[in-house]
Amino acid sequence: MHKIIVLVLLGSVLAAPAHAALRVFSCEPEWAALAKEIGGDKVDATSATSPDQDVHYIQARPSLIAQMRRADLVVCTGADLEVGWLPVLMRQGGNAKVQPGQDGYFEASSAVQLLEVPSSVDRSMGDVHPFGNPHIQLDPNNIGKIAAALALRMEKLDAADAETFRQRAADFNARWEKAVAKWTQQGAALKGMQIVTHHRSYVYLDHWLGLEEIGSLEPKPGIEPTTGHLAELLDQMKNKHVKAIVRSSYQDSRASDWLSSRTSVKAIVLPHTVESVPEAKDLFAMFDVIVARLIEANK
Amino acid sequence: MHPFSISRRRSAPLRRATAACIVLSFGGLAPQLASAQGAITSNAFNPALSLILDGKYSNYSRDPRDYQISGTLLGGEAGLLSEGFSLGETELAASANVDDKFYGQVTLSISDTDEGTDLNIEEAYVQTTTLPEGFTARAGKFFSDIGYQNSKHSHAWDFADQPLVYRALLGEQFGDTGVQIKWVAPATLFVELGAEAFRGSEFPAAKAANSGTGAYSAFGHVGGDISNESSWRAGISYLHTDAEDRESVLTTDETVAFTGSSHVWIADAIWKWADHGNPRSRNLVVQGEYLRRKESGDLAAGSAVAAYDGTQSGFYLQAAYQFMPRWRVGLRYDRLTADNSVGALPIDTPLTDDRDPSRVTAMVDFSNSEFSRFRVQVADDRSRARADKQVILQYVFSLGAHGAHQF
Repeated sequence: MHKIIVLVLLGSVLAAPAHAALRVFSCEPEWAALAKEIGGDKVDATSATSPDQDVHYIQARPSLIAQMRRADLVVCTGADLEVGWLPVLMRQGGNAKVQPGQDGYFEASSAVQLLEVPSSVDRSMGDVHPFGNPHIQLDPNNIGKIAAALALRMEKLDAADAETFRQRAADFNARWEKAVAKWTQQGAALKGMQIVTHHRSYVYLDHWLGLEEIGSLEPKPGIEPTTGHLAELLDQMKNKHVKAIVRSSYQDSRASDWLSSRTSVKAIVLPHTVESVPEAKDLFAMFDVIVARLIEANK
Repeated sequence: MHPFSISRRRSAPLRRATAACIVLSFGGLAPQLASAQGAITSNAFNPALSLILDGKYSNYSRDPRDYQISGTLLGGEAGLLSEGFSLGETELAASANVDDKFYGQVTLSISDTDEGTDLNIEEAYVQTTTLPEGFTARAGKFFSDIGYQNSKHSHAWDFADQPLVYRALLGEQFGDTGVQIKWVAPATLFVELGAEAFRGSEFPAAKAANSGTGAYSAFGHVGGDISNESSWRAGISYLHTDAEDRESVLTTDETVAFTGSSHVWIADAIWKWADHGNPRSRNLVVQGEYLRRKESGDLAAGSAVAAYDGTQSGFYLQAAYQFMPRWRVGLRYDRLTADNSVGALPIDTPLTDDRDPSRVTAMVDFSNSEFSRFRVQVADDRSRARADKQVILQYVFSLGAHGAHQF
């Protein structure tokens, strides 16, 4: 009888306490989706921004400060994409673990090569990002690289679940590589396809698929489309074979609809992140939709 | 803020030197950022520098030099802008992480007035970044985090001037030298508590009474999201100040000095809505605060001294609506009331004016980008016995580093 009591007591002392999920604060929905792919139910990932928001214009609102306070890991694009709001959120959040330089702070852009790094910057050029174009999530090869780096960081932060993360990351990597090969092969037909975009946020997609962006609706990055600039664009398009006018779901449709009606070039929405269109339920579906819509427009 | 005035003639070399420093540091910062990924130069650790350019044209139907608010004694920066063209405050701000544990910020404001150039230190503080358990500590000179509007820099205001109750009870906004501790609760609701202790040299305190610890405050804020389209924040704050010879200039150019203590209570609330959560297309901000100040002590006018006991309170309610990208309209209502008892003094003060000041303000502004803004504002100001029709045209531009999108 005594032996049973001792064994039960020992068992209860040695049993590991319930382990809380790793709290991941992502600046954008694509990183929350990636953290969930790697972590499964061992992570509690939230996104500071929704697909309907323009990430450049977020404010450090109270709910974000509260989320930052409780986060174990902060995952953001970096490259100054969130420069308007992330630094003040960091200072107000009172969370030492996630400050830049700590393990709890992960910048996705540090794992990839940035395109369009300017040799000089000036605000007359519009809202130009001095470290390079930060909209890195639209090249699936970048997602693969970032997934590997993020998995390593998550394993470091949460040793108890490291094995789970390693297995899920390896599984994700295998499925992702297959999917990237499929998309690259399907997208081979799109090489040289001419498009017009609303904002210069599709540069990485262009680079991957060999698309040719002949202009953007914004006269300069971050400046709203003007009738004068749209008229110029109309002229430019006369001598080209533009197949699609591309915008993201959070951007106003009026400028692309106007241009589309005067050129009979299709105006399409391409997902810029997970759930920005209903079919883009996860990272795989997001690229499925992108490739499918571009192929449809290219016909 | 407590101005350090330099007369025009003596200040010319200082102004040239300051301008030269600004140009040099900007010249060093801008083009060398990234010639190739990974290129670091000795300028890489320069602080984030920004300059705010603010200019106004004001027109009043009454003389702005006669400005008083019935029921209160003004101080701090509570006067009206001079009529005609004027340069608002040119603000130079620099901030950076000092090392792995601290952050520092300096905000200088330079005003050009008919009497000379005023250089004010609006903020100069250091702050911790890695205290455990949600704490942040700050020391130096800074705007107090009481209320909502108090800590906002003038270039971020939705109107060209402060609410009447801020002008009357806090001298536009209260900032002083001292320390602050803040704590954010580890909860899903945003809960922040804080306390501050100050020197007590800025309105409504004066002359660093109580051995240089003449003011202290405590505050709490809560906030959250209602949906993916709207968020809110509300709070309660308390400020206690001691004053020694706090001077107010009356319209007759006579001065009256207050010695005593003041207690200010503030209740603040703000609600923000954005179309689909994206503030760039359409958004609406509704905010309001109620302030109540009780003061008691002595008033001195010349050699005469009288007892003074007063309660002044008021509120403002304002809304700013961006109805399409780059265009906003705003409407604001201010109201104050006072209940003062003043002993016998040889001069009349606004404290005994038995009327409730009020003001209605409307504005329209256009922002070409988030760095440049033009505003037209009109107001029917009944702070004094006869209404004053006020028109202000303003530009606010920012150069250099990206400002922070505060809520």
